[in-house]
Amino acid sequence: MGSTSSVWNFTKKFVTFGLIYVTVTDRYVSVVPVRGDSMSPTLNPKSSSLMRNFFDDRVVVEKFCLDKYNFSPGDVVVFNSPLNHREMHIKRIRALPGEWYGSKDNYDVVKIPEGRCWVEGDNAMSSMDSRFFGPIPLGLIKGRVTHIVWPPHRIGAINKTSSK
Amino acid sequence: MRFGQFRNIVKDALEHAGIIARFLCCVHVTSNYLFSTVHVHGVSMLPTLNLSGDVLILDHVSPRLGKLQVGDLVSVQSPLNPKRVLTKRILGMEGDTVTYFDPSRGDTTLTAVVPKGHTWIQGDNVYYSFDSRYFGPVPYGLIQGKVIYRAWPIDGFGSLGH
Repeated sequence: MGSTSSVWNFTKKFVTFGLIYVTVTDRYVSVVPVRGDSMSPTLNPKSSSLMRNFFDDRVVVEKFCLDKYNFSPGDVVVFNSPLNHREMHIKRIRALPGEWYGSKDNYDVVKIPEGRCWVEGDNAMSSMDSRFFGPIPLGLIKGRVTHIVWPPHRIGAINKTSSK
Repeated sequence: MRFGQFRNIVKDALEHAGIIARFLCCVHVTSNYLFSTVHVHGVSMLPTLNLSGDVLILDHVSPRLGKLQVGDLVSVQSPLNPKRVLTKRILGMEGDTVTYFDPSRGDTTLTAVVPKGHTWIQGDNVYYSFDSRYFGPVPYGLIQGKVIYRAWPIDGFGSLGH
């Protein structure tokens, strides 16, 4: 009898914690690991094969920017890939709706359509971004990266401009 | 004595705040992951949906599981303004070839191929609908939910399938 009620209590606590966790990560703030080197050197400056998962950067993503969709060029954002809705990408916003943007590779200047933005990785060599799939709708953006919290020696805020 | 009273009041207040917070978390999870209601109005979905406005019940499970198919009514974040939500019908999933008719571009039918990860959405009212014919296919990630039932007006209550 006692064990049933303790199992029940544990389940209740577990579910409550889960609900609160999901709500906070959806609406306010979450911490996500960064995979791959597309944002190097801002995120994951050197990815060694050994212990890679352990030393990958963990970043704080804030969701308050989603109330008004106010972004500025240089913000690092998390978004759903337009090619596969299950994938999340982290890239830097280069141009906002209505701006003209010329990429360095092909000397083309494109006008960003209404409601869309141009995103690019800091590591142009290995980044799948707007140069490939074009400007993305702002609605796909799920949060803004503000700080690195792991590994300990890299704790700090993210710069608005890439350190090139 | 006074201090004890004060402590009890604070304790009560915290307990109540905790209950309210847990309730709000429940509401958030239900309306984001299970189902929610949405009020829609406009001419673009005539004659399926009324001009004056309907309250619809959205299912958030099917889009997450990738169970959407051609013919489903969905609510989509507008690609032009992320704060607006559109209700349209899916006419093509990724890889499909869509044949559509655009009154503003003459009488001929046009065709388009839906790219990977996108869907083609269109309103039921071909003449007054702002949809994929203007802004192109929309990424699947913008789909918020699938419309399953109409809740209001009460005489129109029922399933809104194909």
